[in-house]
Amino acid sequence: MKKRSVRVAFASIAALSLLVAACGGSDDAADEVAEETTEEVVDTCVTPTPVKLQLQWFIQAQFAGYFAAQDQGFYEAQCLDVTIVEGGVDITPQTELATGNVDFAVSWVSKALASREAGADIVDIAQVFQRSGTLQVSFKDKNITKPEDFKGKNIGNWGYGNEFEIFAALTKAGLDPATDVSLVQQQFDMVGLLTGDIDAAEAMTYNEYAQVLEAVNPATGALYTADDFNVVSYEDAGVGMLQDAIWASGERLASDAAYSDTAVKFVAASLQGWAYCRDNVESCRDIVLAKGSKLGASHQLWQMNEVNKLIWPATGGVGVIDEAAWNRTATLSQETKNLEGGTVLTAAPDAGAYSNDIVTKALEILAGLGVDTTGSSYAPITVTLNEAGN
Amino acid sequence: MTTTVRRAAYRTFMFIVALALVVVIWETYKALGPADGGKLFGARVLPRTSSYAMPHVWDMFSRFNRPEVRGSDRTVFSAVLAGAWFSFRLSAAGFVLGGVLGTGLAVLMARFRWVQRGVLPYLVVSQTIPLIALAPLVVSWGGKLEVGPFVWPRWLSASVLGAFLAFFPIAVGTLRGLAAASASSVELMQSYAASWTKTLFKLRFPTAVPYMVPAFRLGASASVIGVVVAEISTGLKGGIGRLIIEYAREATGDPAKVYTAIFGAAALGLTMAGVVIVVDAFVMRNRPKESIS
Repeated sequence: MKKRSVRVAFASIAALSLLVAACGGSDDAADEVAEETTEEVVDTCVTPTPVKLQLQWFIQAQFAGYFAAQDQGFYEAQCLDVTIVEGGVDITPQTELATGNVDFAVSWVSKALASREAGADIVDIAQVFQRSGTLQVSFKDKNITKPEDFKGKNIGNWGYGNEFEIFAALTKAGLDPATDVSLVQQQFDMVGLLTGDIDAAEAMTYNEYAQVLEAVNPATGALYTADDFNVVSYEDAGVGMLQDAIWASGERLASDAAYSDTAVKFVAASLQGWAYCRDNVESCRDIVLAKGSKLGASHQLWQMNEVNKLIWPATGGVGVIDEAAWNRTATLSQETKNLEGGTVLTAAPDAGAYSNDIVTKALEILAGLGVDTTGSSYAPITVTLNEAGN
Repeated sequence: MTTTVRRAAYRTFMFIVALALVVVIWETYKALGPADGGKLFGARVLPRTSSYAMPHVWDMFSRFNRPEVRGSDRTVFSAVLAGAWFSFRLSAAGFVLGGVLGTGLAVLMARFRWVQRGVLPYLVVSQTIPLIALAPLVVSWGGKLEVGPFVWPRWLSASVLGAFLAFFPIAVGTLRGLAAASASSVELMQSYAASWTKTLFKLRFPTAVPYMVPAFRLGASASVIGVVVAEISTGLKGGIGRLIIEYAREATGDPAKVYTAIFGAAALGLTMAGVVIVVDAFVMRNRPKESIS
């Protein structure tokens, strides 16, 4: 009697859990790409290779090239079936890549190198953004025009590894991040700057800087303009670190020829997407908006334009890792003291941390397709921002 | 019947009055409070009154009517509604999961003293693990775990985190309820030579209901919190948590908009708790009114 009732209890628990699983909604299950065994296809594409790409954040024009490659069929043409996975507050792309949840990840170089030093076997295979887009924005009356002026001020930063350039600039200016400035954790908006809690706020050229230019100045009733602010550009200050790059698994590159082949195709199609966005700024804005970004149209156009400036012109070829910029990023990461007095990296990254092999092959594919991969004649457009980015 | 109707009307009226009172306090403080807030020993204890810190209530509600992004025919209201519905389903799944788990654990703990001694401390410890530490871990199961034809979908991870928060109050409340049967009642059951299971269903569960209802209500709102935090933490698309963070990003230009999503989340929590109350009323409809001793 006793045994039976226990069994009944277990059976009903199992049945209930199944019920829960069944009625919770199955619409998202289809999003996941089922694992398929793919056979090596030489010329004709029979079964596209499934590829998962992890972004650092939500859908926005910062990642337009990948969405354009998907939308314009560039991935399909390379026989790839690409799933783009959005980031979240607590999602670390390098970790997702290292644990094998995704095949490729977009991440900043300094952050990814810190993960690599901690044991993640990940390799930079294409440096999409050739320049840093990080700014420190402050109101004109604060008189903060160079990193030296940060002394004694409230300096906003996002943390999570997004603060390395601030620390590098402070170190270069002879300031100690722990004692000479007061570091303020910044939200995802620029309200802290506008209300005066933060003297100088961290901002990306393509996102947060636009946000302040989309806000209404209560003194005038009109939008703030660039004249209201001082901007310290870390790229100009000589401490710009390499940012968005495509990272791949080092272990799989070394042991799996099919994966290397996929990497070449993936990088080629992605860079083709970025070239498309250089030439079709507005079309790429629409692609991103159609993907469900909640940020407004003028904001996305601004972002697309600013991101293009970080990529183009790419004198050495788009995606190619420039050794000088790489070394600067690595050196700054070793010399930059953080709050605890330690550095981002303790030793120079090993030679395997980046490889131009894949991107070189990818550029050959693009040359065959007649894609302009240097953008030497690139000229940015002028974007007018509307209130709240609409 | 008429008294029930009158009582319901009175309750609705008081609810509206309470809500109006909050609005009045909010707007009064905004109008009369110090513009730079109040500081006590360097720490801000009173909020600022600027539109960034405290937008007008009517500004918040006017956002519901606007298109979500310019040019789209989808209003913020329908976006919030759709997000709340998505999160509601995840929370409901998490709540049921947490309810089954919590009740099951409570029964086991009530039946075997050693299980209670061994498990209860770990239940308490489990609640000290920060959700944001668990979230990425649980979410990484998405698409990876496969049992036969069942593939772990991404949304289920959020439900599991909801269940993780919900099961604890349910387990503790139910355990307490199961132990609440009076000694004389238990002895009576024993005198009938009733099995433990019989005693459980005929005596202990009925006595436990007054303890279980508040526990389940807590669990219901906890599951909503779990799901919303999981959505924020992992960027799961479609729910109210994701909307909160998406709209919060626009706070620089439009500080009132994020409140629409927050209202949605609050309504969601109330709805979940309301479902429990309705179920309670249904279950208890034939029982004489008695108070918990």
